[in-house]
Amino acid sequence: MSNVVRDGWAIARKDLLIEFRSRTAIFSAVVFTVLVLLVFNFGRDPTAVATIDLAPSILWVTFTFAAMLALNRAFQLELENQALDGLLLSPASRLSLYAGKLLANLVFVAAIEALGLPLFVLFFNVALGPALVPLVGILALATLGFVAVGTLFSAMLVRTRFAELMLPVLLLPFLLPPLIGAVQVTAKLLAARPLSEVSGWLKLLAAYDIAFVTLAALLFPYTVEE
Amino acid sequence: MLRAEGLSHAFGGARALEDISFTLTGGRTLAIFGPNGAGKTTLLRVLAGLIKPQRGRVVLEDGGTAGRGAIGWIGHQAHLYGHLTVGENLRFWAALYGLDAARARARAGELLARLGLADREHQSVRTLSRGQLQRAAIARALIHDPSVLLLDEPFTGLDLRAAADFRALLAELSAASRSTGRIVVMATHNVEEGVELATDIAFQAQGRFVRLEPRAGRPAAEIAAEYRKAVLGE
Repeated sequence: MSNVVRDGWAIARKDLLIEFRSRTAIFSAVVFTVLVLLVFNFGRDPTAVATIDLAPSILWVTFTFAAMLALNRAFQLELENQALDGLLLSPASRLSLYAGKLLANLVFVAAIEALGLPLFVLFFNVALGPALVPLVGILALATLGFVAVGTLFSAMLVRTRFAELMLPVLLLPFLLPPLIGAVQVTAKLLAARPLSEVSGWLKLLAAYDIAFVTLAALLFPYTVEE
Repeated sequence: MLRAEGLSHAFGGARALEDISFTLTGGRTLAIFGPNGAGKTTLLRVLAGLIKPQRGRVVLEDGGTAGRGAIGWIGHQAHLYGHLTVGENLRFWAALYGLDAARARARAGELLARLGLADREHQSVRTLSRGQLQRAAIARALIHDPSVLLLDEPFTGLDLRAAADFRALLAELSAASRSTGRIVVMATHNVEEGVELATDIAFQAQGRFVRLEPRAGRPAAEIAAEYRKAVLGE
Protein backbone atom coordinates (compact mmCIF):
# COMPACT_ATOMS: atom_id res chain seq x y z
CA MET A 1 0.00 0.00 0.00
CA SER A 2 2.87 2.37 0.79
CA ASN A 3 4.15 1.79 -2.76
CA VAL A 4 0.76 2.82 -4.16
CA VAL A 5 0.93 6.08 -2.22
CA ARG A 6 4.58 6.70 -3.16
CA ASP A 7 4.16 5.92 -6.86
CA GLY A 8 0.76 7.61 -7.08
CA TRP A 9 2.22 10.76 -5.58
CA ALA A 10 5.19 10.66 -8.00
CA ILE A 11 2.82 10.38 -10.98
CA ALA A 12 0.49 13.12 -9.71
CA ARG A 13 3.40 15.47 -8.96
CA LYS A 14 4.81 14.86 -12.44
CA ASP A 15 1.43 15.58 -14.10
CA LEU A 16 0.95 18.78 -12.12
CA LEU A 17 4.49 19.94 -12.87
CA ILE A 18 3.90 19.38 -16.60
CA GLU A 19 0.62 21.31 -16.41
CA PHE A 20 2.28 24.08 -14.42
CA ARG A 21 4.96 24.36 -17.15
CA SER A 22 2.66 24.06 -20.19
CA ARG A 23 -0.46 25.76 -18.73
CA THR A 24 -2.45 24.60 -21.76
CA ALA A 25 -5.38 22.84 -20.11
CA ILE A 26 -5.71 25.12 -17.08
CA PHE A 27 -5.67 28.18 -19.34
CA SER A 28 -8.37 26.71 -21.59
CA ALA A 29 -10.47 25.64 -18.60
CA VAL A 30 -10.27 29.04 -16.92
CA VAL A 31 -11.11 30.91 -20.14
CA PHE A 32 -14.01 28.49 -20.69
CA THR A 33 -15.29 29.05 -17.13
CA VAL A 34 -15.12 32.84 -17.41
CA LEU A 35 -16.82 32.85 -20.81
CA VAL A 36 -19.68 30.56 -19.80
CA LEU A 37 -20.38 32.49 -16.61
CA LEU A 38 -20.20 35.74 -18.56
CA VAL A 39 -22.57 34.54 -21.27
CA PHE A 40 -25.10 33.21 -18.75
CA ASN A 41 -24.83 36.43 -16.75
CA PHE A 42 -25.69 38.64 -19.68
CA GLY A 43 -27.97 36.16 -21.42
CA ARG A 44 -30.44 35.60 -18.60
CA ASP A 45 -33.45 37.75 -17.79
CA PRO A 46 -33.57 38.19 -13.99
CA THR A 47 -37.19 39.34 -14.18
CA ALA A 48 -38.27 36.10 -15.86
CA VAL A 49 -36.35 33.52 -13.80
CA ALA A 50 -34.96 34.20 -10.34
CA THR A 51 -31.17 33.98 -10.11
CA ILE A 52 -31.43 31.56 -7.23
CA ASP A 53 -33.36 29.10 -9.44
CA LEU A 54 -30.90 29.27 -12.30
CA ALA A 55 -27.53 29.67 -10.57
CA PRO A 56 -26.97 26.11 -9.26
CA SER A 57 -27.45 24.55 -12.71
CA ILE A 58 -25.17 27.12 -14.34
CA LEU A 59 -22.51 26.54 -11.70
CA TRP A 60 -22.45 22.77 -12.22
CA VAL A 61 -22.71 22.82 -16.01
CA THR A 62 -19.75 25.20 -16.07
CA PHE A 63 -17.60 23.10 -13.72
CA THR A 64 -18.50 19.83 -15.45
CA PHE A 65 -17.49 20.94 -18.91
CA ALA A 66 -14.40 22.76 -17.64
CA ALA A 67 -13.39 19.53 -15.87
CA MET A 68 -13.70 17.64 -19.19
CA LEU A 69 -10.67 19.58 -20.41
CA ALA A 70 -8.66 18.27 -17.47
CA LEU A 71 -9.87 14.73 -17.94
CA ASN A 72 -9.06 14.79 -21.65
CA ARG A 73 -5.53 15.90 -20.99
CA ALA A 74 -4.85 13.37 -18.21
CA PHE A 75 -3.73 10.55 -20.47
CA GLN A 76 -3.08 12.58 -23.63
CA LEU A 77 0.16 13.78 -22.09
CA GLU A 78 1.28 10.15 -21.73
CA LEU A 79 1.16 9.75 -25.51
CA GLU A 80 4.11 12.10 -25.97
CA ASN A 81 7.11 9.85 -26.69
CA GLN A 82 4.88 6.89 -25.72
CA ALA A 83 5.50 7.56 -22.04
CA LEU A 84 2.46 5.43 -21.20
CA ASP A 85 4.44 2.34 -22.24
CA GLY A 86 7.17 3.44 -19.85
CA LEU A 87 4.65 3.65 -17.02
CA LEU A 88 3.25 0.23 -17.85
CA LEU A 89 6.78 -1.22 -18.00
CA SER A 90 7.69 0.18 -14.61
CA PRO A 91 7.02 -1.76 -11.41
CA ALA A 92 4.43 0.87 -10.39
CA SER A 93 1.09 -0.91 -10.03
CA ARG A 94 -1.91 -0.05 -12.20
CA LEU A 95 -3.64 1.07 -9.00
CA SER A 96 -0.91 3.62 -8.31
CA LEU A 97 -1.17 4.87 -11.89
CA TYR A 98 -4.92 5.36 -11.43
CA ALA A 99 -4.42 6.95 -8.00
CA GLY A 100 -1.81 9.34 -9.38
CA LYS A 101 -3.98 10.40 -12.31
CA LEU A 102 -7.04 10.77 -10.06
CA LEU A 103 -5.12 12.94 -7.61
CA ALA A 104 -3.70 15.17 -10.35
CA ASN A 105 -7.16 15.54 -11.92
CA LEU A 106 -8.72 16.39 -8.56
CA VAL A 107 -6.14 19.11 -7.92
CA PHE A 108 -6.65 20.45 -11.43
CA VAL A 109 -10.46 20.54 -11.17
CA ALA A 110 -10.25 21.99 -7.65
CA ALA A 111 -8.10 24.81 -9.03
CA ILE A 112 -10.72 25.53 -11.71
CA GLU A 113 -13.47 25.50 -9.07
CA ALA A 114 -11.44 27.76 -6.77
CA LEU A 115 -11.14 30.30 -9.57
CA GLY A 116 -14.69 29.82 -10.83
CA LEU A 117 -16.56 30.11 -7.53
CA PRO A 118 -15.64 33.77 -6.81
CA LEU A 119 -16.55 34.66 -10.42
CA PHE A 120 -19.88 32.89 -9.97
CA VAL A 121 -20.55 34.90 -6.79
CA LEU A 122 -19.55 38.11 -8.59
CA PHE A 123 -21.58 37.58 -11.78
CA PHE A 124 -24.71 36.21 -10.14
CA ASN A 125 -24.60 38.36 -7.02
CA VAL A 126 -25.17 35.29 -4.85
CA ALA A 127 -24.71 35.82 -1.11
CA LEU A 128 -22.85 32.69 -0.04
CA GLY A 129 -22.24 33.70 3.59
CA PRO A 130 -22.84 30.70 5.87
CA ALA A 131 -23.43 28.46 2.82
CA LEU A 132 -19.78 28.73 1.75
CA VAL A 133 -18.36 25.92 3.88
CA PRO A 134 -21.11 23.38 3.09
CA LEU A 135 -20.93 24.38 -0.60
CA VAL A 136 -17.20 23.67 -0.64
CA GLY A 137 -18.01 20.29 0.92
CA ILE A 138 -20.57 19.55 -1.80
CA LEU A 139 -18.10 20.63 -4.48
CA ALA A 140 -15.56 18.17 -3.06
CA LEU A 141 -18.09 15.34 -2.78
CA ALA A 142 -19.48 15.69 -6.31
CA THR A 143 -16.10 16.42 -7.89
CA LEU A 144 -14.55 13.25 -6.43
CA GLY A 145 -17.27 11.12 -8.01
CA PHE A 146 -17.20 12.53 -11.49
CA VAL A 147 -13.41 12.86 -11.65
CA ALA A 148 -13.06 9.20 -10.55
CA VAL A 149 -15.29 8.06 -13.41
CA GLY A 150 -13.80 10.57 -15.83
CA THR A 151 -10.25 9.38 -15.12
CA LEU A 152 -11.28 5.81 -15.97
CA PHE A 153 -12.96 6.85 -19.24
CA SER A 154 -10.03 9.07 -20.15
CA ALA A 155 -7.69 6.05 -19.89
CA MET A 156 -10.11 3.90 -21.85
CA LEU A 157 -10.30 6.36 -24.73
CA VAL A 158 -6.73 7.58 -24.93
CA ARG A 159 -5.72 5.23 -27.76
CA THR A 160 -8.88 5.81 -29.76
CA ARG A 161 -9.43 8.35 -32.49
CA PHE A 162 -11.58 11.36 -31.57
CA ALA A 163 -10.98 10.75 -27.84
CA GLU A 164 -11.75 14.39 -27.07
CA LEU A 165 -15.17 14.08 -28.71
CA MET A 166 -15.93 10.65 -27.30
CA LEU A 167 -15.18 11.49 -23.66
CA PRO A 168 -18.15 13.83 -23.03
CA VAL A 169 -20.51 11.56 -24.99
CA LEU A 170 -19.63 8.49 -22.95
CA LEU A 171 -19.05 10.19 -19.65
CA LEU A 172 -22.07 12.48 -19.27
CA PRO A 173 -24.67 9.72 -18.77
CA PHE A 174 -22.58 8.42 -15.86
CA LEU A 175 -22.37 11.91 -14.37
CA LEU A 176 -26.11 12.47 -14.19
CA PRO A 177 -26.60 11.14 -10.61
CA PRO A 178 -23.87 13.25 -8.96
CA LEU A 179 -24.75 16.30 -11.07
CA ILE A 180 -28.45 16.17 -10.25
CA GLY A 181 -27.58 15.63 -6.60
CA ALA A 182 -25.08 18.48 -6.57
CA VAL A 183 -27.54 20.88 -8.24
CA GLN A 184 -30.28 19.97 -5.77
CA VAL A 185 -28.05 20.42 -2.74
CA THR A 186 -26.53 23.66 -4.08
CA ALA A 187 -30.01 25.08 -4.70
CA LYS A 188 -31.04 24.40 -1.10
CA LEU A 189 -27.79 25.85 0.23
CA LEU A 190 -28.15 29.05 -1.78
CA ALA A 191 -31.76 29.35 -0.56
CA ALA A 192 -30.41 29.14 3.02
CA ARG A 193 -32.32 25.91 3.67
CA PRO A 194 -30.91 23.42 6.21
CA LEU A 195 -28.86 20.48 4.92
CA SER A 196 -31.29 18.08 6.59
CA GLU A 197 -33.70 18.80 3.71
CA VAL A 198 -31.28 17.26 1.25
CA SER A 199 -29.90 14.39 3.31
CA GLY A 200 -31.13 11.92 0.69
CA TRP A 201 -29.09 13.63 -2.03
CA LEU A 202 -26.07 13.80 0.25
CA LYS A 203 -26.30 10.06 0.85
CA LEU A 204 -26.58 9.49 -2.88
CA LEU A 205 -23.45 11.60 -3.53
CA ALA A 206 -21.51 9.71 -0.85
CA ALA A 207 -22.70 6.32 -2.14
CA TYR A 208 -21.81 7.30 -5.71
CA ASP A 209 -18.29 8.28 -4.60
CA ILE A 210 -17.69 5.04 -2.71
CA ALA A 211 -19.13 2.85 -5.48
CA PHE A 212 -17.48 4.54 -8.44
CA VAL A 213 -14.06 5.21 -6.91
CA THR A 214 -13.90 1.50 -5.99
CA LEU A 215 -15.25 0.33 -9.34
CA ALA A 216 -12.99 2.62 -11.34
CA ALA A 217 -9.90 1.49 -9.40
CA LEU A 218 -10.83 -2.15 -10.02
CA LEU A 219 -11.55 -1.70 -13.73
CA PHE A 220 -8.66 0.61 -14.51
CA PRO A 221 -6.01 -2.12 -15.15
CA TYR A 222 -8.17 -3.54 -17.96
CA THR A 223 -8.30 -0.19 -19.73
CA VAL A 224 -4.53 0.13 -20.09
CA GLU A 225 -3.56 -3.48 -20.87
CA GLU A 226 -3.07 -4.54 -24.49
CA MET B 1 18.61 -16.12 -17.79
CA LEU B 2 15.80 -15.15 -20.16
CA ARG B 3 13.76 -17.99 -21.62
CA ALA B 4 10.94 -17.71 -24.16
CA GLU B 5 8.85 -20.86 -24.40
CA GLY B 6 6.60 -21.37 -27.43
CA LEU B 7 5.41 -17.78 -27.76
CA SER B 8 2.46 -17.31 -30.10
CA HIS B 9 0.24 -14.28 -30.52
CA ALA B 10 -2.21 -12.92 -33.08
CA PHE B 11 -3.99 -9.61 -33.52
CA GLY B 12 -7.42 -10.51 -34.81
CA GLY B 13 -6.67 -12.83 -37.73
CA ALA B 14 -3.13 -11.57 -38.24
CA ARG B 15 -0.54 -13.87 -36.68
CA ALA B 16 2.30 -11.82 -35.17
CA LEU B 17 4.24 -14.55 -33.34
CA GLU B 18 4.34 -18.26 -34.09
CA ASP B 19 5.94 -20.67 -31.65
CA ILE B 20 9.05 -18.68 -30.75
CA SER B 21 11.43 -20.24 -28.23
CA PHE B 22 14.94 -19.31 -27.14
CA THR B 23 17.12 -19.10 -24.07
CA LEU B 24 19.64 -16.37 -23.35
CA THR B 25 22.09 -16.51 -20.50
CA GLY B 26 23.55 -13.45 -18.74
CA GLY B 27 25.86 -11.30 -20.82
CA ARG B 28 24.47 -12.42 -24.22
CA THR B 29 23.18 -9.96 -26.82
CA LEU B 30 20.60 -11.30 -29.25
CA ALA B 31 19.99 -9.30 -32.43
CA ILE B 32 16.71 -10.13 -34.15
CA PHE B 33 16.60 -9.13 -37.81
CA GLY B 34 13.43 -9.09 -39.84
CA PRO B 35 11.51 -6.96 -42.32
CA ASN B 36 8.69 -4.64 -41.28
CA GLY B 37 5.70 -6.64 -40.06
CA ALA B 38 7.78 -9.69 -39.08
CA GLY B 39 6.56 -9.45 -35.46
CA LYS B 40 9.79 -8.14 -33.90
CA THR B 41 8.15 -5.40 -31.87
CA THR B 42 5.39 -7.75 -30.74
CA LEU B 43 8.05 -10.19 -29.54
CA LEU B 44 9.83 -7.47 -27.56
CA ARG B 45 6.52 -6.28 -26.07
CA VAL B 46 5.76 -9.85 -25.02
CA LEU B 47 9.23 -10.18 -23.47
CA ALA B 48 8.66 -6.89 -21.62
CA GLY B 49 5.28 -8.03 -20.31
CA LEU B 50 3.37 -5.34 -22.21
CA ILE B 51 1.48 -8.01 -24.15
CA LYS B 52 0.31 -11.28 -22.63
CA PRO B 53 0.96 -13.95 -25.29
CA GLN B 54 -1.95 -16.17 -26.30
CA ARG B 55 0.36 -19.19 -25.99
CA GLY B 56 3.70 -19.74 -24.31
CA ARG B 57 5.45 -17.88 -21.54
CA VAL B 58 8.50 -15.81 -20.69
CA VAL B 59 10.69 -16.88 -17.80
CA LEU B 60 13.20 -14.50 -16.31
CA GLU B 61 15.60 -15.72 -13.68
CA ASP B 62 18.09 -13.18 -12.50
CA GLY B 63 18.56 -13.74 -8.84
CA GLY B 64 15.62 -11.98 -7.35
CA THR B 65 14.80 -8.93 -9.44
CA ALA B 66 12.62 -10.69 -12.01
CA GLY B 67 9.47 -8.93 -13.10
CA ARG B 68 8.75 -5.57 -14.66
CA GLY B 69 11.48 -3.90 -12.61
CA ALA B 70 14.11 -6.04 -14.34
CA ILE B 71 13.37 -4.71 -17.84
CA GLY B 72 14.84 -1.67 -19.56
CA TRP B 73 13.40 -0.52 -22.89
CA ILE B 74 14.95 1.60 -25.63
CA GLY B 75 12.79 2.15 -28.68
CA HIS B 76 12.31 4.85 -31.25
CA GLN B 77 10.03 6.53 -28.71
CA ALA B 78 11.95 7.92 -25.75
CA HIS B 79 9.34 7.57 -22.96
CA LEU B 80 10.33 11.05 -21.79
CA TYR B 81 8.16 14.09 -21.04
CA GLY B 82 8.89 17.11 -23.18
CA HIS B 83 7.96 19.72 -20.58
CA LEU B 84 10.30 18.27 -17.94
CA THR B 85 14.06 18.62 -17.93
CA VAL B 86 16.29 15.61 -18.58
CA GLY B 87 17.15 15.41 -14.87
CA GLU B 88 13.50 15.68 -13.77
CA ASN B 89 12.56 12.91 -16.18
CA LEU B 90 15.29 10.61 -14.88
CA ARG B 91 14.42 11.30 -11.25
CA PHE B 92 10.74 10.63 -11.95
CA TRP B 93 11.47 7.24 -13.53
CA ALA B 94 13.97 6.43 -10.79
CA ALA B 95 11.27 7.10 -8.17
CA LEU B 96 8.91 4.68 -9.91
CA TYR B 97 11.66 2.04 -9.82
CA GLY B 98 12.01 2.54 -6.08
CA LEU B 99 15.26 4.52 -5.96
CA ASP B 100 15.36 7.06 -3.16
CA ALA B 101 16.03 10.71 -4.03
CA ALA B 102 19.76 10.64 -3.23
CA ARG B 103 20.39 7.43 -5.18
CA ALA B 104 18.29 8.68 -8.09
CA ARG B 105 20.26 11.91 -8.27
CA ALA B 106 23.59 10.09 -8.13
CA ARG B 107 22.57 7.48 -10.71
CA ALA B 108 21.17 10.15 -13.06
CA GLY B 109 24.37 12.19 -12.79
CA GLU B 110 26.52 9.12 -13.42
CA LEU B 111 24.53 8.06 -16.49
CA LEU B 112 24.35 11.54 -17.98
CA ALA B 113 28.11 11.93 -17.61
CA ARG B 114 28.68 8.54 -19.24
CA LEU B 115 26.34 9.39 -22.13
CA GLY B 116 27.79 12.85 -22.73
CA LEU B 117 24.68 14.66 -21.49
CA ALA B 118 26.00 16.07 -18.21
CA ASP B 119 25.51 19.63 -19.46
CA ARG B 120 21.91 18.86 -20.54
CA GLU B 121 20.56 17.80 -17.15
CA HIS B 122 18.62 21.04 -16.66
CA GLN B 123 17.55 21.35 -20.28
CA SER B 124 13.95 20.67 -21.30
CA VAL B 125 13.59 17.39 -23.20
CA ARG B 126 11.60 19.27 -25.84
CA THR B 127 14.72 21.20 -26.84
CA LEU B 128 17.00 18.17 -27.33
CA SER B 129 18.12 17.05 -30.77
CA ARG B 130 17.04 13.58 -31.95
CA GLY B 131 20.45 12.14 -31.11
CA GLN B 132 20.47 13.70 -27.64
CA LEU B 133 16.92 12.49 -27.06
CA GLN B 134 17.96 8.94 -27.91
CA ARG B 135 20.89 9.14 -25.49
CA ALA B 136 18.55 10.49 -22.80
CA ALA B 137 16.31 7.50 -23.55
CA ILE B 138 19.26 5.19 -22.84
CA ALA B 139 19.81 6.93 -19.52
CA ARG B 140 16.11 6.49 -18.71
CA ALA B 141 16.24 2.81 -19.64
CA LEU B 142 19.32 2.19 -17.48
CA ILE B 143 18.32 4.29 -14.48
CA HIS B 144 17.31 1.19 -12.49
CA ASP B 145 20.20 -0.94 -13.76
CA PRO B 146 17.96 -3.53 -15.46
CA SER B 147 19.07 -7.11 -15.93
CA VAL B 148 17.40 -7.28 -19.36
CA LEU B 149 17.63 -4.50 -21.93
CA LEU B 150 15.23 -4.53 -24.90
CA LEU B 151 15.99 -2.37 -27.93
CA ASP B 152 13.30 -1.85 -30.55
CA GLU B 153 14.56 -0.29 -33.80
CA PRO B 154 16.78 2.03 -31.78
CA PHE B 155 18.29 3.73 -34.85
CA THR B 156 14.99 4.96 -36.30
CA GLY B 157 14.95 8.67 -37.04
CA LEU B 158 18.67 9.24 -36.48
CA ASP B 159 20.78 10.85 -39.16
CA LEU B 160 24.00 9.14 -40.28
CA ARG B 161 26.25 10.83 -37.76
CA ALA B 162 23.84 10.41 -34.85
CA ALA B 163 23.32 6.76 -35.83
CA ALA B 164 27.11 6.17 -35.87
CA ASP B 165 27.49 7.83 -32.44
CA PHE B 166 24.57 5.84 -31.12
CA ARG B 167 25.98 2.58 -32.51
CA ALA B 168 29.26 3.28 -30.72
CA LEU B 169 27.36 3.90 -27.49
CA LEU B 170 25.41 0.68 -27.86
CA ALA B 171 28.62 -1.23 -28.60
CA GLU B 172 30.06 0.12 -25.35
CA LEU B 173 26.86 -0.80 -23.55
CA SER B 174 26.81 -4.26 -25.07
CA ALA B 175 30.44 -4.87 -24.07
CA ALA B 176 29.68 -3.67 -20.53
CA SER B 177 26.64 -5.96 -20.45
CA ARG B 178 28.88 -8.96 -21.10
CA SER B 179 30.84 -8.23 -17.94
CA THR B 180 27.80 -7.32 -15.80
CA GLY B 181 25.71 -10.26 -17.00
CA ARG B 182 22.99 -8.09 -18.50
CA ILE B 183 20.95 -9.66 -21.32
CA VAL B 184 20.34 -7.47 -24.37
CA VAL B 185 17.73 -8.21 -27.03
CA MET B 186 17.66 -5.90 -30.04
CA ALA B 187 15.18 -5.92 -32.92
CA THR B 188 15.98 -4.13 -36.16
CA HIS B 189 15.29 -4.46 -39.88
CA ASN B 190 18.82 -3.30 -40.68
CA VAL B 191 21.42 -6.09 -40.39
CA GLU B 192 24.43 -3.81 -40.88
CA GLU B 193 23.31 -1.58 -37.99
CA GLY B 194 23.01 -4.21 -35.33
CA VAL B 195 25.17 -7.19 -36.14
CA GLU B 196 28.41 -5.94 -34.60
CA LEU B 197 26.72 -5.71 -31.19
CA ALA B 198 25.38 -9.26 -31.18
CA THR B 199 26.63 -12.50 -29.67
CA ASP B 200 23.60 -14.30 -31.10
CA ILE B 201 21.48 -13.61 -34.16
CA ALA B 202 17.95 -14.52 -35.18
CA PHE B 203 16.13 -13.96 -38.46
CA GLN B 204 12.39 -13.41 -38.03
CA ALA B 205 9.78 -13.53 -40.79
CA GLN B 206 5.99 -13.75 -40.58
CA GLY B 207 6.14 -14.20 -36.83
CA ARG B 208 8.59 -17.13 -36.86
CA PHE B 209 12.29 -17.46 -36.19
CA VAL B 210 13.64 -18.87 -39.45
CA ARG B 211 17.15 -18.97 -37.96
CA LEU B 212 18.62 -18.67 -34.46
CA GLU B 213 22.32 -19.23 -33.84
CA PRO B 214 25.41 -17.78 -32.19
CA ARG B 215 27.14 -15.17 -34.31
CA ALA B 216 30.46 -16.98 -33.75
CA GLY B 217 32.54 -14.05 -34.93
CA ARG B 218 31.31 -14.13 -38.51
CA PRO B 219 31.62 -10.85 -40.41
CA ALA B 220 28.60 -8.59 -40.86
CA ALA B 221 28.66 -8.93 -44.65
CA GLU B 222 28.35 -12.70 -44.45
CA ILE B 223 25.39 -12.50 -42.05
CA ALA B 224 23.73 -9.81 -44.18
CA ALA B 225 24.03 -12.07 -47.24
CA GLU B 226 22.53 -15.00 -45.30
CA TYR B 227 19.67 -12.76 -44.12
CA ARG B 228 18.87 -11.59 -47.65
CA LYS B 229 18.81 -15.17 -48.84
CA ALA B 230 16.87 -16.68 -45.93
CA VAL B 231 14.34 -13.91 -45.32
CA LEU B 232 14.12 -11.76 -48.42
CA GLY B 233 14.69 -14.64 -50.91
CA GLU B 234 17.33 -12.68 -52.86
